[in-house]
Formats: sequence, structure tokens, C-alpha cells
Amino acid sequence: MTHFRRYIPVIAVALGVIILQVVLSATHSTYYMTQITMSAYYALVVIGLCLLMGYAGQISLGHAGFFAIGGYTVAVLTTFNLMAYRDMPLVSLCRSLGLVVQRQDIYGADILAFSPWPAFVVAILLTVIIAFLIGLPVIRLKGHYMAMASLGFGLIIYRIVLGGRIFGQADGISNIPPFKIIDGLEVNGRAAFRVESYYIAWFVVLAAMTLAINLVHSRVGRALRSIHENEEAAHSLGVNTYRYKLLVFVLSAIFAAVGGVLLTHYNGSIGPSEVTVTKSVRYLVIVAVGGMANLWGALFMGVLLNFLSLRGVFGSYDDAVFAIILIAIMLFSPQGLLRLPKFRTVTSLLSRRANG
Amino acid sequence: MDMAKRITKIVAILVLAFTIYVSSVVKAADAPTIKVGAIFAVTGGAANLGGPEAKTAEMLVEKINNEGGVNGKKIELILKDSGGKPENAVSLAKQLIDEDNVLAIIGPSTSGETMQIKNICQEGKTILLSCAAAEVIVNPIASYVFKVTQSDSDAARRIYQVMKAKGIKRIGVITSNDGYGVAGGKQMASFAELASVTIAISEAYDKQETDLTGILTKVKGQDVNAVVNWSTVPAQSLVAKNMKQIGLDVPLFQSSGFGNIKYVEAGGEATNGTIFPCGRLLIADILPDNHPQKKVLMEYKKDYESRFKEDASTFGGHAYDSLLILTEAIKKAGSTDREKVRDAMENLKGVVGIAGVFNFSSKDHNGLDINAYEMLTVKDGKFVIYKN
Amino acid sequence: MNLPQVVQYCFAGVTVGSIYAIVAIGFNIIYNTTGIINFAQGEFLIVGAMLAISFNHFVPLPVAIAGAVVITMLLGGLIELIFLRQVRNPSVLRLIVITIGISILMREAMLHIWDEKVRSLPYFTGTSVSTVTILGAHISPQVLWVLGVSAVIVMGLTPFFRFTLTGRAMRACADDKMAARLCGINDRWMVTLSFMLSAGIGALAGCVISPVTQTQYDMGAPLAIKGFTVAILGGLGNSMAAVAAGLMLGLVEAFVMSQYDVAYKEAVSIVILLLILVLRPSGLFGKSDIAAMRAL
Repeated sequence: MTHFRRYIPVIAVALGVIILQVVLSATHSTYYMTQITMSAYYALVVIGLCLLMGYAGQISLGHAGFFAIGGYTVAVLTTFNLMAYRDMPLVSLCRSLGLVVQRQDIYGADILAFSPWPAFVVAILLTVIIAFLIGLPVIRLKGHYMAMASLGFGLIIYRIVLGGRIFGQADGISNIPPFKIIDGLEVNGRAAFRVESYYIAWFVVLAAMTLAINLVHSRVGRALRSIHENEEAAHSLGVNTYRYKLLVFVLSAIFAAVGGVLLTHYNGSIGPSEVTVTKSVRYLVIVAVGGMANLWGALFMGVLLNFLSLRGVFGSYDDAVFAIILIAIMLFSPQGLLRLPKFRTVTSLLSRRANG
Repeated sequence: MDMAKRITKIVAILVLAFTIYVSSVVKAADAPTIKVGAIFAVTGGAANLGGPEAKTAEMLVEKINNEGGVNGKKIELILKDSGGKPENAVSLAKQLIDEDNVLAIIGPSTSGETMQIKNICQEGKTILLSCAAAEVIVNPIASYVFKVTQSDSDAARRIYQVMKAKGIKRIGVITSNDGYGVAGGKQMASFAELASVTIAISEAYDKQETDLTGILTKVKGQDVNAVVNWSTVPAQSLVAKNMKQIGLDVPLFQSSGFGNIKYVEAGGEATNGTIFPCGRLLIADILPDNHPQKKVLMEYKKDYESRFKEDASTFGGHAYDSLLILTEAIKKAGSTDREKVRDAMENLKGVVGIAGVFNFSSKDHNGLDINAYEMLTVKDGKFVIYKN
Repeated sequence: MNLPQVVQYCFAGVTVGSIYAIVAIGFNIIYNTTGIINFAQGEFLIVGAMLAISFNHFVPLPVAIAGAVVITMLLGGLIELIFLRQVRNPSVLRLIVITIGISILMREAMLHIWDEKVRSLPYFTGTSVSTVTILGAHISPQVLWVLGVSAVIVMGLTPFFRFTLTGRAMRACADDKMAARLCGINDRWMVTLSFMLSAGIGALAGCVISPVTQTQYDMGAPLAIKGFTVAILGGLGNSMAAVAAGLMLGLVEAFVMSQYDVAYKEAVSIVILLLILVLRPSGLFGKSDIAAMRAL
């Protein structure tokens, strides 16, 4: 079963995650999990972006926009108080279906709002729709035009959440309830839930990686790689380049949105700072530094750099560090920090197919 | 496939390295210090707030420690730069609370960041002394959360008082689109009717805006008797200049965010005549000697200006006040037990700070009232007290 | 709205429009020679202004500005030499990513060299309250300076590119590097020169707008974004079109602002950018060479 070999890294990382947790718990330093968990969620965005940039060859300078769509949707739905509207038929319908529940906010007042699961579903659906609509025209564009279009997309989302009263404007939305996945399993930022949240985050990340690896090795993945190597040739061979690129675009948007949803529940808040140009650029830097078409590189860099940044290790030089790393990698080691020869892997895979 | 092997190797090495690092971090023997965390936006979009705040905090802690500390213990200030980003503030707050076990956190610099860490501090039973302005920080009240800035509502009322005296009936309000500006705009709106003033137009401009002639033309078209600008961003200097340049010759009111001589310098002679409510730091030298705040203000001003070679600003003053209130509470409680300090803080009265004289209670975690503000104006490029 | 008001809005629009246009011109120069968009273009304006402000403490204004322009030009050339020339497989993606990195680096460097405070150059003529009346509308004389300098730059560049040897050599490199090399043109030097020229123009622009917009270390990125919007709107590579597009965008923004909530002003430019990219990427005035703009 030659296929199994490609999943070995997943198992390895999973084991590493478990060992790490055991060590941290034993040394009473589980607080590191806070930043690791947050970084893992950011890494979801990076994985998606890596698929888009590295494999589909599309550049996106606005990917934080999808993170925001996911995060803000659940934020609004789970905190907007429908008490005043409780007599409206739509609201009572949702209530009877269990989509809208009554709970107490942290100050003890009663509020009526959507529960996290339906909010999550809505967020993902919305992301798919928007990604599809945006992707349709934008995927056609080349090089810097796509870069500009994606930048524009990110900016529009930024302006909307910054200006919209329902989005909390500049202060964002806080007091977002935790996400109870099933009884006994919650995405919750509080200290008591640290280990739980850590495992949930890594589970999601590894599931995403497995999906991504599957994609890369599937028919779609091969089609994408052929597009990346030589688009015209691929096109002439009948590969529907447009359809595959769109698929990856939407998928990468979903990854980002899931990251947004989960991190928002974990932090209990979200603000416009999650969707600035700087944030989008940061995701791009991480993908570039990890090696554009290197999923594991993207994951490691994503977790590592975000972890260090969130802990304030870079201090006031935070942005500068990212910039320097980016430039250094681009100049000296364009394949990324892990230096895995993507072409060799690709050709060896292809030859194996041909022989097998 | 050697990719898989390679990755496995790397993962193993990383986990090992991290394990070693974590276990080798020796927990520092508990020296008797009082750990105080600080989260300020030293870099990033709110750097004009966080920069002076961080400097003030460091300076004051040094001074306190040189004078023997608080109740015999020195203060250990753990300063973090959030870059003005709430998600960083969240992570840093958790670090300070969970890892460093700080007694209190001073800052953050902006309302957005404060709101996102409010719950975290409350649940972590860590006193939060915010240097941000939003009323929602202390309303609804969370027992461990305090704020040391003057209220926007008081500022709005002071402005309306002056307008009444000047017979101004119709105004235009422009604000920046950040939390501070939007909150200010709301306060202006809520007191307008009471003051019998009509707000003919109220708009928010982007905080990075570089030219306000367009928006001011719109205001001019409404035949207003005065303009109110509410922001802390550099654009506040533009307002004064652009108004004069397009011939909108009416009084200009600013918010307390204008309280830094740099904005006057940036605006040049256009800023003469601007009226705004502010803490007394900027006119400390012309206060009468028997004014309760004079001593504290002059001392801070002198220390800050001689050390950092730049003018003291009211923003830095907030950091000063938060440390002052904390140390007073610790002294009053006679211990560093969280609950005791918190209780003591809630009952502090008559603490003379930079922003005003603080009187806390269980219903008032802000401690300042309308008298914390003095109405100031600009004359010949200097701040003076406004007299009707 | 009466006539003076309309004129006033026009001036507001034209003021910002000309600022956008100057940034766009900087992009176009580099694009014309190298085919890449330099995301760090906005930073040149700010560096130029910051340098001039610092120099102005010691020397009179015109000397300060001249000095700033020269140093920024050298900086531009240096950046190209150090960062861009070394790139081994220059794909569009990689170059975009590098220029983004450069822009962040420049911004952070400015923060640490000059700090976060806002500064500005003194008004070239008059003071902060001087005003000139035209058709009933009042504007600062500095606005006329901005318009004037933009006009001079554009009018200077067009013959430069069309008639001088260097200018035409630069254009040749954009069209076909190999062919240009075969003609004996040192294409690498042309690229460096294009960066120097863009940087110099940027610095000059930064100086002339500084009294109007004030200068702060992080103003580069928003300027750059507006600049590319305008460059694309006019058609990448076409500087005259960029000026027209800039003025148009400025006017559109001013009028949107006059009728609607000011918050929509920002959205307008982004929406226009997206529409142009989707409907007519070659820009309003570009050749309708759509096939070349779109991927398969």
C-alpha cells in the first residue's frame, strides 16, 4: 500500500502533538498551549493558502478576508440578541428547531441567540458562496491582476467589518460563547479547557492536512501540478484548468473560514485587526517561507512563527522579522526553509504512476 | 519516500527541543517582587498612545523602586507590546495571567483591545487598569476591571457648556472611524438635545485619512456655527488647517485626544483658537500653586521631559495614573492578596493623579467626574486655559 | 449645491487625485521597464518626505528636498541591486512577494529611525492658513503646488520615454528583454535606473504632499494601494492615463462623499478596482488586449 507512506508525517506529527502535551502537563507549563492552539488555527489559513499559491499557482493578498467571514459570521450570530424579535415567526421557528437558544451572557442578562453549531454551518455556507462568486471572475486573472483583485477583496471585507455597526465597528465583537462541539468537547479559551482545546485544534489541523495531502495526490492535484508546470500544455491536454483552480480557491477559503470560526470561539472575540492587509500579507509570507508548494513547510512555519509572534518574542520588531525572513528566503532558498525538492518528488511520483 | 522520513525526523527533533527548553526553564525563585503586567501599543496604529504610556510606566516603576518599592517590595514590570492588535493583546494577557501570575495589568492603550481582554482578566481575577476611553469598559462593571481615563460623556457635556455660553446652535461633528472616534460621536449625539444644539451633520472619516477638505466642504454646506472633531489620530491637525483653507471660519472644538503640543505644531497657526476639554497636565505650569494636582503634574512633566526629551502628553499620564492607583491600593490593603487589593482599590478616594482626582466605588470603576476636565484653548501656539 | 461648493468638491477631488496619480506614475515606470509591480512604491514617498523634514532642520527647504530626492534615488537603486537582482528564478509571484517584503522592511526601518510621530514639511508658499480663491472656492496654495509638480513630472516623463535614448531603452526592456540585450542595451542597468527614477519621483511627490497630508511612517501602504488602483484603472504602464484615472477617481470619491455617508468613499475605490479587473483589466485607456491579461 504505497499510498500509506504519504500519511506517515501525519502520524508523526500526531504523535509529536501527544508527546508535547504530556510533557507540558508534566512540567506544569500547559500555558504554552494557548499560543500553540491559536497558532494552529492560524495555520489552517496557511494550509489553504499553500494549496492555492503553491499548487494552483494563484496569489491571494486578501485571504484574511475569508478568515473574517467565518469568524464574524459566528460572532454576530451567537451574540446578536434576538430577544426583541422573539415573537417573529422566523425566530420562533428557529427556536423550536433548537437553532436559537436562550442563554445568559456573562453579565447575567438573558439573551436569545443562535447556538454555535448552526452559526458554524451558516458561516461555512456563506464562505462557499462568497468564495465561489469572487473566484468566478477573479481566477481568470493573471499574476499581479489577481494579486490586486484579491487585495481588493480583503479590503472590502475590512471596510465592511470596520464600518458596520452590527460588526462592532472598530472595537469588534466580544463575549462570544464557547463552541460546544458535542457534549464534553468544547472550544473554549478558558484555562480549564486548555488541553481539550489543544487537541481539538490539532485534530482539525491534521484532518485538514490529510485532506490537503489527498487533494494533492488525487486527480485534481495532478491536474493542478500540471497547470503549475505549464499551463498551456495542460490546457491543450484537455485539463479544465479553470474549474480546478476555482475548486482549490473555494477549498482554501473554507480552510480559512474554519480557522476563523474556531479561533473566534477560542478567543471569545474578533476584531477588524484580523482582516488587515498586514494580516493577509503575513499569511502569504508564511506560505512563501515554508516553501510555496510545501504543505508541511507551511504548517510548521505557520505554527512556529505565529507562536513566537503571539508570545511577543519579536517585541517591537514583529513585522520587521517577518519581512526579513521573507526576503532572506526569497533570495537564498526559494524552495522554503525545509528545502524539500518539490520537483523531484513530483517527477518521481509521476514516473511511478507511469510504471505502475 | 524520504520526504516522510525527513518530516518525521524534523518533528521528532522539534518536539525534543521544545521539551528540553520547557523543562529547563527554571522557575525563578520567588523573590519578593510585585509583578505587574503592562500591555501597550508601543508600535502599530496606536503608537502615539502606547509609546508615551510605555515610557511613563518604565520611568515610574524605576522611581518607585528607587524609593524603596511598595510596602517594602519592589515592582517588577513586565511590559508587552501588542502592536495595537487585539488578538495579540489576548495572547499576551493570557501569558501575563497564567504564566507570570501578575497581580494586575495596566493598559491596554485602545478600547478594542481592552474589550477583548476584559473577560479574561475578570476570570483570571487579575486587576485590569485600562488606559482606554470607552465607557463600556466599566459599564457594565466587572469587579476586577477599572479604567483611568476621563469619560467621553463628561467631555461632551463640557463642550456643550461652552457652546451654550457662546450661543452656538448648529454644529457639524466629524470623528475618526476607530473606537475612540465613534464613541465620541455617540456621546455628542446623546447630549445634543439636552444642550439645545442641532447636529446638522455627523460623519466618520478613515483614521488614515490624509485630506479632509472634502468632508469639511460637506460640513460647510450645512451652515454650521461650529465644528467638533473627535479623534486621536494625526488627522486632527488637518481639521484645523483644512477648515481655514476652505474658508470655514467657525470655532473648532476638539476632544481630549488633541492633548499633545505636537498636534498644535503640526497644525500651525490654524490651530489657534481651538477649544477642547483636557486633563490639566498641559497647563500645569500656569495652575495656581495651591491646586491639588499641581505638584503631581509638575513632577511628572519634569521627569518625563528631561528623560525622554519630548513633551509629556495626557496619554502617558494614563499609564502614570494606573500605576499610582495600583500602588495606592496595595498600600491601603497592606498586602498583595488579589481580593484585598481589589477591594482596597474599589474604595480609594481622593487619589491625586494626572488625569484628575480619583474617587472609586463599587458602582464607579472610573473614579473621575466632569471636574477632571479643564477647558483649554490654543493661543500663539501654546496651550492656555479657556476663559469665556 | 451651488457653484462654489461644486468647485470646492472638485478641488478636494483633484487634490487627492493628483496624489494618487503621482504614485501610479512611479509604478508605471518600473512596470514599463521590468513588468513587475513594485509594492514598495508608496514607501519611497514617505522616505523622501522624512529625509527632507530631517534635512530641513539644517538646510533651507529647496536644498532639503533636493537632498532627499537624491538619497531616495540612491536608495531605490540600492534596493534593486541588493534584493531584486539576486533573485534566481524571477517568477511574477516571487517578485511580488519580495517587493511586499521590501515595503514592510522599509516601513519598519522608518519606524525605528524616525519613530511614530507625525511630521510635515513647511508649506512651500504661505502658511497653514493661507488660502487662494478660485471661482468662489478656497484652497491652500500647496494644492496648486501638488498639481503643478504632478504636471511637470508627467510632462517631463513623456518626452523622456519617447524621445531620449535612455527612455526608449527602458521601454525596450519591458517589451522584450532578450531583444533589447541583443541591441546592446544593458537591461540590468535599465532596471536599476527605473527603480532610481521611480524612487526619485516618489520622493519628490512625498515632499510636495507632506504639508497637505502630513507624514507618518506607515502612510506608504495606503498610498500604494490607491496608487495601483489608479494605475490599473488607467491601464498599467500608461502614465498619462494614470493621471487622468487619478483625477477621475479623486473626483468620484469627492462626489460620493458629497452625497452619501463618508464611509462609502473608501469602498468606492475598491469597488472600482474590482470592477475594472474583472471587466476590463487593461484599464480604461489601455489597449483592449484582453487575451494577454487573462489566464486560460
